[in-house]
Amino acid sequence: MTTLELRDVSKVFGEGPTEVDALRDVSLSVDGGELVAVMGPSGSGKSTLLTIAGSLEQPTRGEVLVLGAALSGMSRNERASLRRRSIGYVFQDFNLLAGLTAAENVSLPLELDGTPAKEARVAGLAALEELGLGDRSSRFPDELSGGERQRVAIARAVVGDRRLLLADEPSGALDSANGEAVMRLIRAACQRGVAGVVVTHDAQLASWADRVVFLRDGRVVDQTARPPGPESLLAPSQSS
Amino acid sequence: MSVRHALLALLSEGPKYGLQLRQEFEARTGEVWPLNVGQVYTTLQRLERDGLVVSDGTSEDGPQKGFRITPEGVEELAGWLRTPPDLSSPPRDELVIKVLIALRVPGVDVHEVMQVHRRYLVELMQEWTRLKEYAADRDLGFALVVDAELFRLDAVIRWLDAAEGRIKRAAFNSAGSAPSGLPKLPKKVGVRR
Repeated sequence: MTTLELRDVSKVFGEGPTEVDALRDVSLSVDGGELVAVMGPSGSGKSTLLTIAGSLEQPTRGEVLVLGAALSGMSRNERASLRRRSIGYVFQDFNLLAGLTAAENVSLPLELDGTPAKEARVAGLAALEELGLGDRSSRFPDELSGGERQRVAIARAVVGDRRLLLADEPSGALDSANGEAVMRLIRAACQRGVAGVVVTHDAQLASWADRVVFLRDGRVVDQTARPPGPESLLAPSQSS
Repeated sequence: MSVRHALLALLSEGPKYGLQLRQEFEARTGEVWPLNVGQVYTTLQRLERDGLVVSDGTSEDGPQKGFRITPEGVEELAGWLRTPPDLSSPPRDELVIKVLIALRVPGVDVHEVMQVHRRYLVELMQEWTRLKEYAADRDLGFALVVDAELFRLDAVIRWLDAAEGRIKRAAFNSAGSAPSGLPKLPKKVGVRR
């Protein structure tokens, strides 16, 4: 099933002479279980694409469907509820709330959505446990390393029954070992059926995706074919 | 890849048979560089001729012949490990040349040409990353080889991205004016190989 679908989405910021086309007729479908990377230089429209896909911003033209439902047909409250329930976000700078522990940060979206506090806490702890952070659950963000903070952010993004995971430069300032750990976690979430979209300028990050879409000046200009599988690299013709 | 020094390294752990050396060589390099049998035995003959290994001399040349490293072999290996590979002169880079030429050919969109290469490089990286995801946890040597490939390909993509930005800025700055002459390259570019 198509979890996320963008149909001819355009976004214009400003008006008249200061008008900027951030996205131009972008179409993109992401199925459950699939991880798609959107790769482009800064200013190519990557982050705009992600905020529109996550219903944080509305397109100027075109349609966004999440789990088959058009966002344009929803009220503000319905969109907010969809965001809390079905969509997880991971940002470059983690965006954890400093006054809450790791466990509270993770269970917060569930509680906001009406899940009883105790139940939300159990789900939050389970998500942390799964990401190897069980022993960090009562720490505050400033007591965690950068890599741990990003894992907490991922736990928050996948807690409960999230179907769409949106990540903006998720390995941001992390070193390559932590960046790799982050991508392994995002892939693991996708293998459980979540649809993932990662926007990045970093080819090493993008190469974790099933499909890489190239964005230039707000347009999708190209995308990779599905990789033929690892065997091809081990063929004798590669020997030297 | 120096087969000669790889064999010395394997023998530095203790005496081994020809067949054993071939199998261990393949295992250590993650089977990324399959080696033909002949290469192992001819290299061992040359190492013996140069006094870097000695054979037990009892059996015929072949899989069952045993070898051990000499003190000269140990010294040769230590020296090789510390000798930097030649990175001082830029290699002849086919991709750089193609981008430079694409800039000059009428009717060719250099950005489209660059994107063809970028997509190919990213697809290659996706394959290496899959290998890392599924296999690298079990084999340190293999993980190191895969990382080296990923960093190398990543560097090429970064160059493409930087070059594309530079070309766009140059086009913006010289909008309306005639194209300049052929790019002037330092003499050393393209000297190696």
